[in-house]
Order: sequence, then C-alpha cells, then structure tokens
Amino acid sequence: MSLVNDPVDRKDTARKKYCRFKKAGIKFVDYKDPNFLLKFVNEQGKILPRRLTGNSLKFQRKVSVAIKRARHLALLPFVADGLK
Amino acid sequence: MFQNQYETVFILTPVLSDTQIKEAVEKFKKTLTDNGAELVHEEHWGLRKLAYTIQHKNTGYYQLFQYKADAKIVATLETDFKRDERVMRYLTTKLDKYALDYSDRRSKGLIGKKSSEPAKADKAEATTEENA
Repeated sequence: MSLVNDPVDRKDTARKKYCRFKKAGIKFVDYKDPNFLLKFVNEQGKILPRRLTGNSLKFQRKVSVAIKRARHLALLPFVADGLK
Repeated sequence: MFQNQYETVFILTPVLSDTQIKEAVEKFKKTLTDNGAELVHEEHWGLRKLAYTIQHKNTGYYQLFQYKADAKIVATLETDFKRDERVMRYLTTKLDKYALDYSDRRSKGLIGKKSSEPAKADKAEATTEENA
C-alpha cells in the first residue's frame, strides 16, 4: 500500500446540475398542483435545498412560494412522516 | 382603469349539504359581481382530503374563482370570508403574466391532461438522462 494519494478513478464524473424549469421551458410554478410540488420536498415535507434540486435561484424562489401556498391550502402538509 | 386579475381558492367545511355549498358559493360570487368584479373562471374541485386537519376536519370543499377586479374588492371578499364560519381557509393571489398564461391554458383544460404531460414527460426524460 502506497502512502501517496493515488488519483481515484471515478467512473461517473460529477454531472452538471441544471434547472429543470429552464430546461423544460416552464414559466409558472402552480401551487394548485401538489403532485408536482412533491418533487421538491423530502419525505418529511421539508423544501429541498437548491444544491439537491439544481433549480436556478429564480425558480427555487418560485417553488418555495408555491409550496408555502399549497401548505396553507392543506394541499401539502407542513409536517409529514413518510410522504414518499 | 387597469384592473388586476386575482385568483381565490377557499375551502368550505365538509358538514354542508350540496345545496348549502351551492348557496355559499353563490353568496361569494355575488359579493364579487356586486362590487364590479368580472368573473373570468371558476372551478369546483369538490370534496378533497386535507393534508392536515383544520378545525378537526379531514376533508373540505374546494372552490376557485378567477376574476378581474380592483384591489379594493379583495379586501371586501376576505372580510366576507372571515365573517363566514363555513369558510375554513382562503388564499387570494394576484396573477402575473406567466400565471395568466398558465391559468388560461388550465381553464381550457390543456394543463393537467395534456400540457402538463409533456412537461412531466420532459421531466421523466430528464431523470432518465440523469440515470443514464
């Protein structure tokens, strides 16, 4: 075993993140569609950070507002256990 | 005078009968039209399960109004909501140009059936690309 830090050969190099809204050309995030918003929360119902969703700041903001509106209308839970 | 478009969703208690719901919806519609609002679109989603309990209820009747009106009317309508015990929740949003475009397509039934399908398909593709 060598003590030198050998370069690790990773097969799948880090994939570039992208904003799915920009890619798909979606302009408006609907708060009335809880099934779609479910993609942006974890199983506890918390909003996922941008580093995981890859959303651009503009759409992350819109997503978070939409989720909060959906929560107010009881379309999404504030707290949940095993949402997915 | 330029008028904004607003969208209001409210939840009625599930204890009401069908006629009582119709009556309540008509009442709020009347407050809108009496104050000079122009109703653009309305949707009755029916009895839906709530994501959490509100006033010890697990279900509620959802109703959506989309209307063109002066900003003052929103306050009048929301006062009405507050005074009415049948309303469990309400949410009014101002529609920007993207929201207008979206709700236009939604009211024509393009979203949720077709238009959101390609969007979802796009996403499915995107995820498969991710996995590939």
